[in-house]
Amino acid sequence: MIEYIAQGLSSVAKYIIPLLLVGIPFYALAVKKVKVYEVFVVGAKDGFTIAVRIIPYLVAILVAVGMFRASGALDLLLNMLTPILNLIGFPPENLPLALMRPLSGSGSLGLLTDLVNEHGADSLTAKIGATMFGSSETTFYVLAVYFGSIGVVRSRHAIPAGLFADAVGALSAVYLCKLLLI
Amino acid sequence: MLNYIWFGMMAIGVGAGIYNGKIDAVTEAAIDMAKVSVNIAIGLIGIMALWLGIMKIAEDSGLIRIIAKGLRPITIRLFPDVPEDHPAIGSIVLNMSANMLGLGNAATPLGLKAMEELQELNPHKDTATNSMVMFLAINTSSVQIILPATVVALMGASASDIFITTILATLLSTIAAITAVKVLEKMKRFSVSAALEGAEPEVADND
Repeated sequence: MIEYIAQGLSSVAKYIIPLLLVGIPFYALAVKKVKVYEVFVVGAKDGFTIAVRIIPYLVAILVAVGMFRASGALDLLLNMLTPILNLIGFPPENLPLALMRPLSGSGSLGLLTDLVNEHGADSLTAKIGATMFGSSETTFYVLAVYFGSIGVVRSRHAIPAGLFADAVGALSAVYLCKLLLI
Repeated sequence: MLNYIWFGMMAIGVGAGIYNGKIDAVTEAAIDMAKVSVNIAIGLIGIMALWLGIMKIAEDSGLIRIIAKGLRPITIRLFPDVPEDHPAIGSIVLNMSANMLGLGNAATPLGLKAMEELQELNPHKDTATNSMVMFLAINTSSVQIILPATVVALMGASASDIFITTILATLLSTIAAITAVKVLEKMKRFSVSAALEGAEPEVADND
């Protein structure tokens, strides 16, 4: 049952982009007589400026994240946190992914691949990891891109709120998998 | 906040790099990531142009306004300081729909468009508004009803097992994000005036 829903949703999803690409101009042209080609080009012009505008913000965030990752600081953090994790029933194998997820998309995908290769896709460890990966986003990257594109530098409560949500997501992934998949 | 986190990550990186004997890797990562950032941004240009073009058509034909009006009962609670049928609401709704369906390529341009429109309503252009933080938090907690293609490919037959757990986990983290934003935005230390105060010395120097 669940399989059918999951498959159904993903097979519908692949039609959405082509339908939007045709459907929106069709409505505009047929119903509202919008000059679709001319309007498209006007809108598309901003693509370049926005993409270039985020470069300094991306460089700032990704360089800092890259230095942090490469230094092995995560392993030190892991050692410090292990006693607490055991206390709350959080599997230590899943912690590197939980810590990496807000920092780096490619980094956390690499860790998830390792988990699957090491423990097998049908292991609880891999399922917890995949749930973590699928239920969260790269918080720092999204912040750099979204706020960077409009030049916002004072992010106020965005980071604490984002990291709190990431923590809730990671803990939910662990407990939901333990509850539903064992 | 960002000042300390940014500096902290680099300082810890250098400190831990020396401690772990990985300082070469830290240097290399810094240089590499600077290059990667530009590649990411350049790679965005085409996709951005495509979706911003389509969005402009949707806007001029009034489609965005229709969507914004239809979902107003929900969005007014999340973004109370955005006026009714402001184009930002339309872009926000489209971005969230794209995210839910796992259409990352479409979601980013739509999200940036929404940010630009929220910026029009912002009296302090370099400081985030409540609506901007709310929008960002919902985005980073990733509401998704379709598993990312990469996860499906990795997990194979086990992918259907984690379908429900992923939806529930993302739902919980999104609820946490919304709650955290609503609670934190009322705190003095995260208020707009507190954020602006940090900048005042500079302005005073110029006077």
